[in-house]
Amino acid sequence: MRIFGLNRRIVRALLGSQYAHMLEYRAEIALWALSGVLPFIMLSLWSGSDARSQLGLDGVALDRYFLSAFLVRQFSVVWMVYAFEEDALLGRLSPYLLQPLHPLWRYVASHLGEQLTRLPFAAGIAGVFFLIQPQAFWIPSLGGFLLAWLATWMAFAIAFLLQSLIASLCFWSEKATALERLLFLPFLFFSGLLAPLTAFPPAVQDWVRWTPFPYLIDFPARVLSGDPVNLAAGFGAQLAWVVLLLPLVLLLWRAGVRRYSAMGA
Amino acid sequence: MGRYWRTLRRFWGTALATQLEYQLNVVVELLAVVLSLGGSLLLLSLFFGPGRELGGWNWNQALIVQGFYTVFDGMTTAWLRPNLGAIVTYVREGTLDFVLLKPIDSQFWVSLRTFAPAGLSEVVLGLGLAAWGAHQSGVVLTPAVLLTVLLMLMVAAVILYSLWFLIAATSIWFVKTWNATEVLRAVLASGRYPLEAYPAPLRLLFTLVVPVAFLTTVPAEVLLGRASLPLLVLGFVLSAVFFAAARSFWLFALRHYTSASS
Repeated sequence: MRIFGLNRRIVRALLGSQYAHMLEYRAEIALWALSGVLPFIMLSLWSGSDARSQLGLDGVALDRYFLSAFLVRQFSVVWMVYAFEEDALLGRLSPYLLQPLHPLWRYVASHLGEQLTRLPFAAGIAGVFFLIQPQAFWIPSLGGFLLAWLATWMAFAIAFLLQSLIASLCFWSEKATALERLLFLPFLFFSGLLAPLTAFPPAVQDWVRWTPFPYLIDFPARVLSGDPVNLAAGFGAQLAWVVLLLPLVLLLWRAGVRRYSAMGA
Repeated sequence: MGRYWRTLRRFWGTALATQLEYQLNVVVELLAVVLSLGGSLLLLSLFFGPGRELGGWNWNQALIVQGFYTVFDGMTTAWLRPNLGAIVTYVREGTLDFVLLKPIDSQFWVSLRTFAPAGLSEVVLGLGLAAWGAHQSGVVLTPAVLLTVLLMLMVAAVILYSLWFLIAATSIWFVKTWNATEVLRAVLASGRYPLEAYPAPLRLLFTLVVPVAFLTTVPAEVLLGRASLPLLVLGFVLSAVFFAAARSFWLFALRHYTSASS
């Protein structure tokens, strides 16, 4: 039986091959993991600043927030549009389209394989963090951990769908990655990677809550760090964004494939 | 020397012509520059408020630091990324051979072959922001101060270039180290804020190991008239050391280059 074109054998083959592929590039992935240190730099800045009191994250809560933000980012980072653009430009997409499997699954599998490869490096960086800040150490409850895992995967799903939307535009324009830059900027400033959402003025916060960005880092990070957070509202918003984006992506993809005439089109 | 100037003019003339072929791209890039600066200012403003300072720097003074950071971010976009980022492609595709055979210094060629005009707008915006911050802080610009600031900006540019080049040159051995520059970018982002805002161990790291301090904080201090002479001398020494290291590392790397698919 196949669900969305997948059955257990296909999933195992896809994940297994992509994980093996990513393991070959483990040195590169270790560097990627290390390039996510920005939350720690921001943590050192926030913890010594006068503006700290307005964050609502006292004591070790701030350390835990930024460590969680780092971890969530590690496991929700999406580079699909770059891989896709290369495949489309070089004509590698054509054989993928002939297979009886939606090509997007292939990209999902390679992201999951990459996340698995990244796991030990991310854990190592978290370990170093706890060596430097032992008082911030905490073990989330099993329930909290599972919820955070779910929230991170939902964040990954939203980010993946957003990039797929832009990637589908590659069928019309060869330089769709330029649009990705425009999407990345609001993500960088409003996702909670550099400053918790509570740092922003209330008017900005209210406005940002209507965008997908705070549900990509801020919400999952708060769940992971055990901050009191409105779970129903957060998961509800994440689900709403997935439900909104998924049909859009599939429609745009189908229209794009119809336009696609292989190699450089 | 004249030959190098003429070559440089040709390099950049053709780069500009190529870029203007993709006009929509230029518009998107310019929009990204403006959005990025707007976001950075919003983020910076979160640290300030009535009576609040960041590491002893007030809002206007911090604007100078942010301005200089924007200048060097522009330099990265305009020159470092398009040029040094391509080294890995030359190695992988074997086209570095063609560069080495040309009767011109190979480091000059790989460092200045092209440029991205979008970065220039960032440089201009950054200088404008720094000037505004200086004006608001009541800085009186004497020729001596201006000269020192320009000198320190040059020191900073040399340090930034050398750091990038050192990492980019390792792609002669490890074709895939391009990601290492992403790590460098993440660390350099700390230069958006004054050095004094960081805890002491990081301050040491950002002064001596990855001298981010000399990119933004030191030129801003010069502008505000509170830089100490020993620090400026240290900046000069560091930039000379880093540049010499970059140069000798390139020559060393080329000795290990065994042409395509090495």
